[in-house]
Amino acid sequence: MSFLDLTALTRSYGPVRALAGIDLAVEAGTRTAIVGPSGCGKTTLLRLIAGFEAPDSGRIMLDEQTMADGAAFVPAHKRGIGLVAQDGALFPHLSIADNIGFGMPRGEAGRTERVAELAYIVGLDKAILKRRPHELSGGQQQRVALARAMACKPRLMLLDEPFSALDTGLRSSMRKAVAELLENAGITTILVTHDQAEALSFADQVAVMREGAFSQVGTPRDLYLKPKNRMVAEFLGDAIVIPARIAGGFAQCSLGRIAVDSADRRDVARIMLRPEQVLLKRTSSEGMSGTPDMLFAEVTEMEFAGAVCTVAVRLLNNPDPPDAAAIGSTPLILKKPGIEAPAVGEVVRVSVAGTAHVLE
Amino acid sequence: MVAQADSMTTGFAASPPRARRRLPWITAAAVLVSALALVPLAFIIWIAIQTGWATTWALVVRPRVGELLVNTALLVLLTVPVCAVLSVALAWLTERTDLPGARLWSLLAVAPLAIPAFVHSYAWVTMLPGFHGLPAGVLISTIAYFPFLYLPVAASLRRLDPALEDAAASLGLGPARVFLRVVLPQLRLAVCGGSLLVGLHLLAEYGLFVFVRFDTFTTAIVDQFQSTFNGPAATMLAGVLVACCLALLAFEMLVRGEERYARVGSGAARLRPPSRLGRMTLPALALPLLVALLSLGVPLVVIARWLAAGGVAVWRIDEISLALGQTLFLALAGGLLATVAGIPIAWLSIRAPSKLQRMLEGLNYTVGALPGVVVALALVTITVTVMLPLYQTLVTILIAYALMFLPRAIISLRASIAQAPIELERAAAGLGRPPMRALWATTIRLSAPGAAAGMALAALGITNELTATQMLAPNGTRTLALAFWVYSGEIDYAAAAPYAAIMVVLSLPLTFLLYAQSKRMAGR
Repeated sequence: MSFLDLTALTRSYGPVRALAGIDLAVEAGTRTAIVGPSGCGKTTLLRLIAGFEAPDSGRIMLDEQTMADGAAFVPAHKRGIGLVAQDGALFPHLSIADNIGFGMPRGEAGRTERVAELAYIVGLDKAILKRRPHELSGGQQQRVALARAMACKPRLMLLDEPFSALDTGLRSSMRKAVAELLENAGITTILVTHDQAEALSFADQVAVMREGAFSQVGTPRDLYLKPKNRMVAEFLGDAIVIPARIAGGFAQCSLGRIAVDSADRRDVARIMLRPEQVLLKRTSSEGMSGTPDMLFAEVTEMEFAGAVCTVAVRLLNNPDPPDAAAIGSTPLILKKPGIEAPAVGEVVRVSVAGTAHVLE
Repeated sequence: MVAQADSMTTGFAASPPRARRRLPWITAAAVLVSALALVPLAFIIWIAIQTGWATTWALVVRPRVGELLVNTALLVLLTVPVCAVLSVALAWLTERTDLPGARLWSLLAVAPLAIPAFVHSYAWVTMLPGFHGLPAGVLISTIAYFPFLYLPVAASLRRLDPALEDAAASLGLGPARVFLRVVLPQLRLAVCGGSLLVGLHLLAEYGLFVFVRFDTFTTAIVDQFQSTFNGPAATMLAGVLVACCLALLAFEMLVRGEERYARVGSGAARLRPPSRLGRMTLPALALPLLVALLSLGVPLVVIARWLAAGGVAVWRIDEISLALGQTLFLALAGGLLATVAGIPIAWLSIRAPSKLQRMLEGLNYTVGALPGVVVALALVTITVTVMLPLYQTLVTILIAYALMFLPRAIISLRASIAQAPIELERAAAGLGRPPMRALWATTIRLSAPGAAAGMALAALGITNELTATQMLAPNGTRTLALAFWVYSGEIDYAAAAPYAAIMVVLSLPLTFLLYAQSKRMAGR
């Protein structure tokens, strides 16, 4: 049995089915990210886990104790689950020190020291403790919210898009700091976000959610490279999805013969490549002659954006004309380092690195 | 092209002086209105100086004043906390729980405002003739004035960020402690503001306390005025009353503090699911039901009973229609005057905030807190001694109304002018409208509904006004409130009933407006 077990959770708001049967197992001390577009039900799920709302059906087990199962329901304040909300939800009428110490028993010995210690752990300056929430920046507010939640020594920490209100630069450094912090404290964590890069970089386990159900659950690497379907593939990053004939561990498609990750499939299916698997090498139209098994393309568009630029290429020759003539004419959109990006009109040699993934 | 550019530069060069010319005109108007508003206060000081120190001291420090002080203090100290507890409980039930018919109960909690305070009192006294003194004063003023607290508290409860309560629950606090440690502290501003309003009304109210034979400064001043006209005794009582009002204002400022209770962070707040009452539903229903019975049931039933007892005979149509006509005229003219007088100050506070403007606003706020009886007393004395032709004329009574209800008009005006950002006016000017037409097409159009609402609120106040009308109106004036007062003074309760009924009916739409406004301000 895992540390947190969700079994067949459902929840509806009137005719709207927010959760349509959620199963999830979270191991102790790990980080799980639930990622999905807004309105997919991820916040509802978080609220059920936190205990703010009861599920219509299904079971929530935390550390072998029943939190919700039919009529049995443990309310939020008895669950020992910490929460950091999107905007911190600091109490505006209390100082920062009182905010951090809010959940500690009042009059407890060493309360002041503990508050100062927590502030130090989350990287807050001591001088800040006397201030009010509205005098703090967004990043500082998030740190206070985290310290406040950690003060109660929660068994499980829920993070509800805590980084989305922060600037891009601050977001990634906060994410890294929070991940390290919770890891060191040994607190099991669930992060809810709509940002796929955040989910992939933060968690040990990622669950992609859509329309109230999980599309796929797995490690970040698995999800990114071996998505179950096109939706998951495109949600987690740019994807090139092309039809192919598969046999003997290879796919025959508009990009030629490419190794695939499933040896036993023999049929016509869609394969997925991440754009970074497609390599371009500068050449010229003269270089094309006499190499029939090589693939060439012409750069049709180039959008320079500093470090990374977007290149659109149209295949010039096609090793597999009958099937994929139509596909061949739609350009491939690739992101390449800006410093050596080819110019519009240049001819490039196209090759594929690694294996392609066969979609269901 | 060149010509176009030229005309544009000259256009730009021409506009700043015009703007500069317009501003002092408005500032001057604002200063003039504020100076007028200061008249009652200046009058009291002037009389005190004229009377001489020894006499003033003798008039202020005497057993009668001590008696009135104790009465007033007891009244305020008992009524305001009762109103506050009642309002918070009602607001919580109607806004945050699944109480059946919550919308209806919330409307019924505001509805008592449609019944003038002295009509509440009339109902209770004719129903329970032995009910008088402090207990009657506290009970009746509680049911007559608690909506002033209920409205802001309910609005703040609706606006509170539910994420804060979730955060507190996740930190291990049970529902009761969440309410005490998170919800209640955030209602502080609303409770302070509402309490101040209730307190000021308690100090200013006349008719309510005369019915239940409870002496406050206001009733004593009117008594004194009626027996000795405008002697320094009445004025010095008014001076103490003003001191009480200022003390209340200062106390509220002290308690309110400089805190900021706004929502920290961004994004729209989620709606909070209502708390389930479960088995407590029936007992919980008892509170709004009881309040509605006392505050609406009693007056309405008593009015209906007197109407039934009086039959057709009490509906003296000629007399009633005359009173109705006079009331409507005074209310509309006074409301209009208050609104027009409020425009410069409201305009400045939104469009050209400055130190002077903040000072003027603070001044108007303070003066607006003065009871009508003080304003009336000042205007009586001034017109009699300096401008006798104006004594008991329409002009004087309208000025009194405008001074008394200026703050109501300013609040509505400010909110509506703020909704018409200057950018719109500039955009209209940029699309080729000359300045005045740009102003007309944008700001005036957009702020008209708010101005109308402010005027309506002032008119509602005037309709139910008794003290100033009694002291200042031209001879032969008989508004609904005055007619009601005269008849009930003659113990002809049946004849008074039609007037009470008409006042309630007139006030209902405006009360509903107030309710709708508070809902809208809370974003729903």
